[in-house]
Amino acid sequence: MGKTLFEKIWDSHIVAGKEQGPSLIYVDRHLVHEVTSPQAFDGLRLNNRKVRRPDLTIATMDHNVPTNDRSLPILDQTSAIQIETLKKNCRDFGIKLFDINSPNQGIVHVIGPQLGITLPGTTIVCGDSHTSTHGAFGALAFGIGTSEVEHVLASQTIWLEKPKSFEIKVMGKRKNPHAVTAKDIILSIIKNIGTAGGTGTVVEYSGEGVKDLSMEQRMTICNMSIEGGARAGLIAPDEKTFDYLRNRKYTPKNYESLVDYWKKNLKTDPDAKFDKTFTLSIDNIAPQVSWGTNPGMTCDVSDSIPTPQDFSKGDKNQEKAAEKALEYMDLKSGTPITEITIDRVFIGSCTNARLDDLIEASKVINGQKVSENVRAMVVPGSQMVKKQAEEMGIDKIFTKANFEWRESGCSMCLGMNPDILSPGERCASTSNRNFEGRQGTGGRTHLVSPVMAAAAAIEGHFVDVRKINLN
Amino acid sequence: MEKFQKIKSIISPLDQVNVDTDQIIPKQFLKLVQKSGFGKYLFFNWRYDKNENPEPNFVLNDKKYKNSKILLTGANFGCGSSREHAVWAIKDYGFSVIIAPSFADIFYSNCFKNGVLPIILNEGIVEQLKNEKEELEIDLENQILKTKSKQFSFDIDSHKKKILLEGLDDISLTLKLESKISEFEKKSKVPSVL
Repeated sequence: MGKTLFEKIWDSHIVAGKEQGPSLIYVDRHLVHEVTSPQAFDGLRLNNRKVRRPDLTIATMDHNVPTNDRSLPILDQTSAIQIETLKKNCRDFGIKLFDINSPNQGIVHVIGPQLGITLPGTTIVCGDSHTSTHGAFGALAFGIGTSEVEHVLASQTIWLEKPKSFEIKVMGKRKNPHAVTAKDIILSIIKNIGTAGGTGTVVEYSGEGVKDLSMEQRMTICNMSIEGGARAGLIAPDEKTFDYLRNRKYTPKNYESLVDYWKKNLKTDPDAKFDKTFTLSIDNIAPQVSWGTNPGMTCDVSDSIPTPQDFSKGDKNQEKAAEKALEYMDLKSGTPITEITIDRVFIGSCTNARLDDLIEASKVINGQKVSENVRAMVVPGSQMVKKQAEEMGIDKIFTKANFEWRESGCSMCLGMNPDILSPGERCASTSNRNFEGRQGTGGRTHLVSPVMAAAAAIEGHFVDVRKINLN
Repeated sequence: MEKFQKIKSIISPLDQVNVDTDQIIPKQFLKLVQKSGFGKYLFFNWRYDKNENPEPNFVLNDKKYKNSKILLTGANFGCGSSREHAVWAIKDYGFSVIIAPSFADIFYSNCFKNGVLPIILNEGIVEQLKNEKEELEIDLENQILKTKSKQFSFDIDSHKKKILLEGLDDISLTLKLESKISEFEKKSKVPSVL
């Protein structure tokens, strides 16, 4: 019987292991950031261990860096200490660091592909659950805990039980691809499979609906695999993948011969069997808006907030969760989504802060201004994205409309830096998690695409972007 | 890591599904650079009100659960962020066992690195245990949990069980396979980054 793409990558990375139980898997790329690494480096020091392969390890600071003027000192002392700690650790252990003033600094999942560090067929880990993003390039990429970070630093390997395989077929064509985006596809998937639908699996996204997407859009899809419970999500590489990675800063010298090898090897065999499958038709899907406190609590922009009973389909625990979510979000069942007014807009994060995202969002503006009642910020995913956007004049479109144009980082996706919501504030956010307090204690997050976020900023409430001319 | 011993304790029931790691340990506490001291921040936003006074209705603020070592909760516990700080907070608070119908993958794996035993039981049994007032005894060696009147068994991967029972350090075990890792590296076609 044939093998899936995931099984091929898995099999080619087994260092040791038996039929039953965990396998020792080799790690080709290890990405490190300031929040989940200090304890791992401490562990190495305590045991007098070295980093086995500094040449396969790359670090940057993204989670808690301020996004205002980079020449100013970092006021939050604990953030400053964490950033200094990463610098020291990289110095002590010989790891390449893109630090806060580097032109290559940015969210680790944005810079990996931009620098050509992410490669098809490789295994990539990082102490961050959104490592699944790199799966868009046909890599087996997943988030790990800090103890595992230490393990990978010391041994360049990780013990894992082989996950099950899960094929998610995305069929059909979107009628209005500017209004209905990759974000809406992945939110639709999570709405259907649930936030634990992919637990214990590696997802392969396939079908024409995925083939049609640009690399940046594919990253948005794979990024949110973890929101559906899957530690990793991947897409078979094709010409778009190979073109994207050609001539990047760290693209390998023997790139073309690698491409030949990948073309032959990196696809699921026709007779391979997945443990699980799900099919989504995207012919008629609408822009999505989350209304609750997990990404599965999502509906069409043209819908109203569901009742907890309708949402839970008979599951009492889910019903209770929905009730609690509506209370936290201060929303009532039956309210049309387009009547929900907002206070803040955040366009950013490893899900939606790449050049494509910013260009698409800027098209909504069309000479209009951010609503008086809204504070809106754009946080490019990396310094490179920021520079490219500025060269195209995208920043001016945003700033003229009264959006703030900021420096790169994770920013208000998780609010570890000063960019946070105040209690009770409601935000249209292009990030990936609408958990309670995620963007600031008491803050209320609605997950949407970049175009939906920009349109909400202008109007002060959610609007159906299918009604706007975006061409 | 300490060896995992038999545990006898009452259960703290946190009756909620999809508890994410942002709730277990909110982001403002992720800036510490050590592993200790996170217990006081466990479930911070649920445990304390705006003025940081204990929220009287939150389970962990009920005195009878003060010395509980077992947390019982709903499906998909630990979803979201990979932050191991969540497990450090749970362990530091005093829990050594978490019982749930299911766990998120990264969180589940993080537990074993810190001497915390996550036990998966079916919904029906978790429902029954929610109202259990008696002490529960957890015997990892025999994969059994029991009260005076009831007994249940649970499944666990044998390698993971061994790690907990013997308090093994993963890294030292792996580094014994150094020759295999070197052998793999010689064959690998993947170029260095730099």
